[in-house]
Amino acid sequence: MKATLPIKATLVATTALLGLTAVPALSQTVGISIPAATHGWAGALNFHAERTVARLAEANPDMEFVLTTTSDPGQQVSDLEDMVATRGIDALVVLPFESEPLTGPIARIADSGVWVTVVDRGLAQEGIEDLYVAGDNDSFGRTAGQYFAQTLDEGAQVVVMRGIASTVDNERVAGFEAALEGSGVEVAAMDHGNWNRDTAFNLMQDWLSRFPEIDAVWAADDDMAVGALAAIDQAGRTGEMFVVGGAGMKEMVDRIRNSDPTVPVNVTYPPSMISTAIEMTVLGLTAGAPMSGDFIIASELITPDNAENFYFEDSPY
Amino acid sequence: MSTATHAQTSAPRRRRVNLTVIAPLVALLVLIGIGMALNPNFLSYANITNVLARSAFIGIIAIGMTFVITAGGLDLSVGSMAAFVAGLMILVMNLLTDSMGPGLPVIALGIAVALLAGLAAGFINGILITRAGIEAFILTLGTMGIYRSLVTWLADGGTLSLGYEMREMYRPVYYGGILGIAWPIIVFALLAILGEIAMRHTAFGRHCAAIGSNEKVARYSSVAVLRVRLATYVLLGVLVGIAVVMYVPRLGSASATTGLLWELEAIAAVIIGGTLLKGGFGRVWGTVVGVLILSLIGNLLNLTDFVSPYLNGAIQGVVIILAVVLQRNTGAAR
Repeated sequence: MKATLPIKATLVATTALLGLTAVPALSQTVGISIPAATHGWAGALNFHAERTVARLAEANPDMEFVLTTTSDPGQQVSDLEDMVATRGIDALVVLPFESEPLTGPIARIADSGVWVTVVDRGLAQEGIEDLYVAGDNDSFGRTAGQYFAQTLDEGAQVVVMRGIASTVDNERVAGFEAALEGSGVEVAAMDHGNWNRDTAFNLMQDWLSRFPEIDAVWAADDDMAVGALAAIDQAGRTGEMFVVGGAGMKEMVDRIRNSDPTVPVNVTYPPSMISTAIEMTVLGLTAGAPMSGDFIIASELITPDNAENFYFEDSPY
Repeated sequence: MSTATHAQTSAPRRRRVNLTVIAPLVALLVLIGIGMALNPNFLSYANITNVLARSAFIGIIAIGMTFVITAGGLDLSVGSMAAFVAGLMILVMNLLTDSMGPGLPVIALGIAVALLAGLAAGFINGILITRAGIEAFILTLGTMGIYRSLVTWLADGGTLSLGYEMREMYRPVYYGGILGIAWPIIVFALLAILGEIAMRHTAFGRHCAAIGSNEKVARYSSVAVLRVRLATYVLLGVLVGIAVVMYVPRLGSASATTGLLWELEAIAAVIIGGTLLKGGFGRVWGTVVGVLILSLIGNLLNLTDFVSPYLNGAIQGVVIILAVVLQRNTGAAR
């Protein structure tokens, strides 16, 4: 027993060495780190990430992918450290859980020569990433705001459900308010529904008892729109107001394509942007075409005319 | 401080007890008064119904939590458990609709699944705490993570939604009622009355208090400590199941964010209501008052722009701390 142990160790070591040399020199590893699927949008993000990795792994047999999901910034930093230390990644696609705490760790990875693609939430310091792929939060709010300004009459009463207090939420609301300026549409109340159905349901119930007249609701996210719609339905006030959510949940897109007057339009914030980021990163590694820079995906208005293009049957969101 | 000590020693025993008994009630009345002053719609039928119906989920769970805490235990898993049971119930109902078609049998089976799943989950918590001797705080912290992951996995990271036809059929369980009183309110009230009777007038309630007060003495008094403690967790699990039965028809969906922090709200309601966190004394009616206080704070903040919504949690926190400060004067002597 005692004698076999060193032999075993040597065997393992040599196999590992052989394994290393056997791998073609061109083999590259792409690390992907995204938030865990704890709400609808992040769920769809995971769905699109897995789908893209499966497709690309098949198309590029000599390429390896490491996909990790995390539920807090601290854990994400550890995941990134593990990726660099144990998998020796050549490129990193990361959706930072929070900008500030991840800026340092990602900067160190970029300094070591790894290609870095940052998705959606920007880092606190400019010039770290090679490629930036993101949705446009200002456009997300502005597109909805423009629809409100065009559709509603002067003096119309609007309530606004914000998301979790964050820069993303602040940018969206700023865009929305900028678009409303001068239209005479009044924001009667604004509060945080935290991108959550139950919170939005309670908030909407309370607003319905507080305001006798509400003409429209901007729910800023489809999960909240679901809660708001249920509360409006319960209060028997359907038909008095319309609700505009955001991000293109398939149930909402379905209502739009059926020309539901309560849900007339929606604003996109595509979770499939993770696919865009992974595809462009892999293309950058393999195709030798220039891929660095910023790639900003504008928010589009989903209307009954174009709703069909935004409906994904298999997506969980 | 010196006047308080003076009052304690010189005033008759009963009076001192009464002060702590009425404290939550006074807080509730103060909140109602503020609400009336803030908004004329506060006492409207719709607002009262909304607040009571939405309190029902946490309320039903908090009734069970009162027994667990009184017996010296704790359960941190109830929020995740509720999300998991809701997800499971929706999944089963959707599968059954495919094979049986929409109808009352599907609803009945869905309800049975929720209650059984709640019971099983409560039993697992209870048996591991009593027989395997794992600290309740640690064990339920573990199961909290397990159930939360399971519901995320079941929902594939997205949201589990009940089929449209079933949702319409099942809807009245949350939105309907008798004589204008919504079902969740009726169920909550009935369970609160049963809970109060069980706590005060049955051997089970007394055994819970005895175990929470002094486990060794309880054992020597031939109280079946392990069995009673197990029963409190099973009871809590079943109540989580009942809460889910009322919750699912509301939005017809469950996701990874369902029931987030419900465990802390339930525990807070129990403590605000005057039950001792270290066990040995519990009162169900106090828990009901605690639940109402917590949901009224949220309601009031939504009815006015007076306080920044960022401070909602801070105000709830102050109420919880005040409640515990008031409890300091009530010893475990009861």
